[in-house]
Amino acid sequence: MTSRRLIFILGVASLVCIVVACAFGSTPMDFTRVVSALFGLSSAGDHVVIWEIRLPRALAAYVVGAALGASGAALQGLLRNPLAEPGVLGVTATASLSATFALYYGLAASSAYLLPVYAIAGALAATALLAAAATRIKSVVTLILLGVGLSSFSAAAMSLLLNLAPNPFSLTDMINWLLGSVANRSFEDLRISMPFIVAGIAILFFSRRGLSALTLGEEAASGLGLNLSRQRIVVVVGAGVATGASVALAGAIGFVGIVAPHLIRPIVAYDPARSLLPSAMLAGVILVIADIGVRLLPTATELKLGVVAAIIGAPAFIWIAVSRRVTYD
Amino acid sequence: MTSLVANKVSVRAGDTMIVDDASLSIKPGELVAILGANGAGKTSLLRALLGITKASSGAAYINGEDCFGMPPSKRAKIVSYLPQRRPLAWPLRVRDVIALGRFAHGAALGRLSSVDKAAVEEAIESCKLGQLQGRSTDNLSGGELARVHFARAIAAKAPLLIADEPVAELDPRHQILVADLIRQFVTNGGGALVVLHEVALAARIADRLIWMKNGRIIADGTPQETLNSQIMEEVYGVKAHVSSDPRGFDIRVEAAT
Repeated sequence: MTSRRLIFILGVASLVCIVVACAFGSTPMDFTRVVSALFGLSSAGDHVVIWEIRLPRALAAYVVGAALGASGAALQGLLRNPLAEPGVLGVTATASLSATFALYYGLAASSAYLLPVYAIAGALAATALLAAAATRIKSVVTLILLGVGLSSFSAAAMSLLLNLAPNPFSLTDMINWLLGSVANRSFEDLRISMPFIVAGIAILFFSRRGLSALTLGEEAASGLGLNLSRQRIVVVVGAGVATGASVALAGAIGFVGIVAPHLIRPIVAYDPARSLLPSAMLAGVILVIADIGVRLLPTATELKLGVVAAIIGAPAFIWIAVSRRVTYD
Repeated sequence: MTSLVANKVSVRAGDTMIVDDASLSIKPGELVAILGANGAGKTSLLRALLGITKASSGAAYINGEDCFGMPPSKRAKIVSYLPQRRPLAWPLRVRDVIALGRFAHGAALGRLSSVDKAAVEEAIESCKLGQLQGRSTDNLSGGELARVHFARAIAAKAPLLIADEPVAELDPRHQILVADLIRQFVTNGGGALVVLHEVALAARIADRLIWMKNGRIIADGTPQETLNSQIMEEVYGVKAHVSSDPRGFDIRVEAAT
């Protein structure tokens, strides 16, 4: 399939999913009501439900998925491993820790931008550490273990913060953060995080040709004329900014960055460059659908998106890891 | 005139000299083979020339321009490089791997310009990969893969080629096929610097042999001038009987010293 056709199909799927997501919620709405509300032709009540609650929620799920999908695809290209992903490599956990830290000390209250800035700083620190280690560590397995270590450390530090939480309210706040959710997100939240997510994905898109070259390994890629250190920095910054901003918007959501590129790769003849945008779009679609699922499941308390993503994503991760042919580390 | 000149290049790792004062030159129409035992510094010398490893001293020039400070994309248009290890992280299609050879010219897979397409077609043609071009690289034999990588290297249309053990791990037939491709590249006006372990093959195809031992170049000349039993003993530590007639060299390795 050509890239353009794939992107067109995913674009249509994205629109359909977002419109469908607007139809589900505590008051079910049929499509004519959803569409007329979207175009401002409905009652004030419907307008509020769609524009204040459901559309921002669906868009938040979509852009968070897109950020994680693009970051996953780019990190997999950079590290030449299908298991690399912001969640597995500890990037989301570090971003969450940094963001929780800002919440804990009430820093986030002083400016709406501080939370994303903290989350992005955490994500950048983790990606930079990984990329620096990647130049010395030849084995990708070791690198993933480093990510696992980073994840565990962040989880431990997070537990410490939970342990020391001053009152039940901040405890709930932090737990919501940890579990990952897009419920009750507003256009204001999107306005703050979106520019970072768009910038991050744009930076990754800019680096895509180098990711194709890296298929041949670092030595051949640099022989092809790729500036390796610049490539690393660009991917690290792009993935850090996109992942950090997605964590600021929705908390920690894992695995979607592995699953989407894994499904896309065979369609684009395994070219890392051509898998970047489709992976972002598919990951967005997956999270919007998962978020519809969250609302449909008849549970007493609404499930968190991050929990559902992990319940579906973790077995997929194991399956990919087990069925992967050992080629070259 | 295109040329690659190394002037007293040294590479140091800690206190060990890996490459010691190596000087050499290659130009189009010339096939130069570097020979030496494992660990003699052959790969390190190539990597230093390409700026992949930092040289501790000395200089290298491509067309008279300092090669160490040259942007990788500019260097890649003049010298294409086929490294010793040729991993493929993803099972790309044969044609896409070859198209990666056009990277320095700004090509992106799936959107090749007509110039890029023509270069890829030509590389496919000359390496006889027409039948395989749509196949995935994960179900090719070692010999087929070696040809694909070679096609990738020549698709760059760079006047010079540096290849590190391009025939290692290949059966005799594929060794000759790849060697002929290198020879053909040189006949068509390219210049090649090739690391080889197969002395007889090197003597057969190369215009010049550069012999390395412990990081130093100890001999540089035509096969007739340099290939003899003394150098086999000095470089490889083997007793060998070397004889030549107009058809080529006969090398019989008798014992390790």
